Amino acid sequence: MFVPCDRGGGSAAPDFKGFTLLMPAVSVGNVGQLAIDLVISTLDMTKVGYFYTDCLVPMVGNNPYATAEENSTELSINAEVYSLPSKKLVVLQIRSPFIKNKYRPFCETLLSWVKSIKCARVVLLSSSHAYQRDDEQLLGTPLRYLLTPDLEKAVGGHMKELNWKEMERVAAYPGISGTDKILHIPGGGITKLLFTESCSEGIQLAVLLKFCSEGDNIPDAFVLVNYLNEWLQLIKSEVNPSSQWKIPSSWRLLFGNGLPPALF
Amino acid sequence: MATFFGEVVVAPSRAGLDEEEEAREETPEDREIRREIEKKSSLCSFGREIDVLWSWRSGGCAEEPLVCSRFIVAIGRNAAAFLSSFILDSVCWEVVGVVKLWNEWCKTSSTTNVLPTDSFCLFYRLISDPTVLLCQCSCYVAEDQQFQWLEKVFGSMQKKGLQVTILSTCPVADYKTQESTLTLVSPFLRALKTKEFQEQVCCPLLEQPNIVRDLPAA
Repeated sequence: MFVPCDRGGGSAAPDFKGFTLLMPAVSVGNVGQLAIDLVISTLDMTKVGYFYTDCLVPMVGNNPYATAEENSTELSINAEVYSLPSKKLVVLQIRSPFIKNKYRPFCETLLSWVKSIKCARVVLLSSSHAYQRDDEQLLGTPLRYLLTPDLEKAVGGHMKELNWKEMERVAAYPGISGTDKILHIPGGGITKLLFTESCSEGIQLAVLLKFCSEGDNIPDAFVLVNYLNEWLQLIKSEVNPSSQWKIPSSWRLLFGNGLPPALF
Repeated sequence: MATFFGEVVVAPSRAGLDEEEEAREETPEDREIRREIEKKSSLCSFGREIDVLWSWRSGGCAEEPLVCSRFIVAIGRNAAAFLSSFILDSVCWEVVGVVKLWNEWCKTSSTTNVLPTDSFCLFYRLISDPTVLLCQCSCYVAEDQQFQWLEKVFGSMQKKGLQVTILSTCPVADYKTQESTLTLVSPFLRALKTKEFQEQVCCPLLEQPNIVRDLPAA
């Protein structure tokens, strides 16, 4: 599934052993994907390869993180991998929706790739429908986290220090007491599937998600990426952290073209 | 989300979420039923399988791949019509292949005698240079069939030294630009190219945030 970029000079396939893999879920508001765009753009990460997969809708365009004429002509497709060895960070960006019935095959292939590259842990950025929150979730922070049991042992204590809130489990049959509590992430795309599969495969995976609705999700992306930064410390956050993230050039015209002057 | 009339509707998501997929926990019984339906539908003409039929192949799989130096693919009715009007003729080009597929939007058959208004996907070869191949694809290839199309068509070709040109059209209204599309002079050309393509491109490259999707992207 993973195809390394040909960087010339006969370079070997990149080594991600011990790295943190950061990736988005294609979820409500595309918040995870927007947050990943901010990470790649700010840290000026280098593309090291892509996923050749039939699970995502095809798309292609020119470099979405272009800063000048010279670097604007590199082709970019729907699932690409970027890396920053100095921070032991490898990032997967997903740019299109899943094709029907392809959630499970993608998760399975992804997790077997994760095991083969021997990365230390996986962090999944996601979101969930804000209108599905219960009364308690309406109050307080809209941010939640989840850890697989293997990662809980390693960083569970750190989450408590950060005062983070774990995603609540809900009754399988709301209104009927005494039923099992299950994980329910409406609008989260592959989040729940990837989390449950990682739990059973012994993979160290963390989910960071935000409750949100469709609309202008740029502020949601900033909130989520700052949340991530509290833990991973990708950029310095002493001063106003939001101003440190660099918006990529591809975010231009998110809400349509300019208006025809004849309108006025 | 509540509308003006007070009814609650589910807001469509840009993330293209399929809630049904998330909620559906497949039991082994469900899986078996689904497998049977898929098997049955691939036998009758309403399956999602694509068939690529080449004229030089008698159906065996152990045949040599087609040696191809240039492959021009026209996707969509406009691009297909462009090739019909300016390039194709029955003297210089011969039909060498056809794609048979079905989806909710269109159905193609294995006939090569088509009208411009039909949905079809045909392959032509230049008689004077049989390594030059041309494809007219005026039918819509669904999302879940695009990868299949790609693998089956390119799987039949030897890809070393192959130059591929894809022709396609998009509505001007979809073009993202600072000014309004009302004032844009259309039609206009834009291109995307891989870094291996070293020749001069005849028009500007596609600016961000514009993208290409579906079969041309695949």
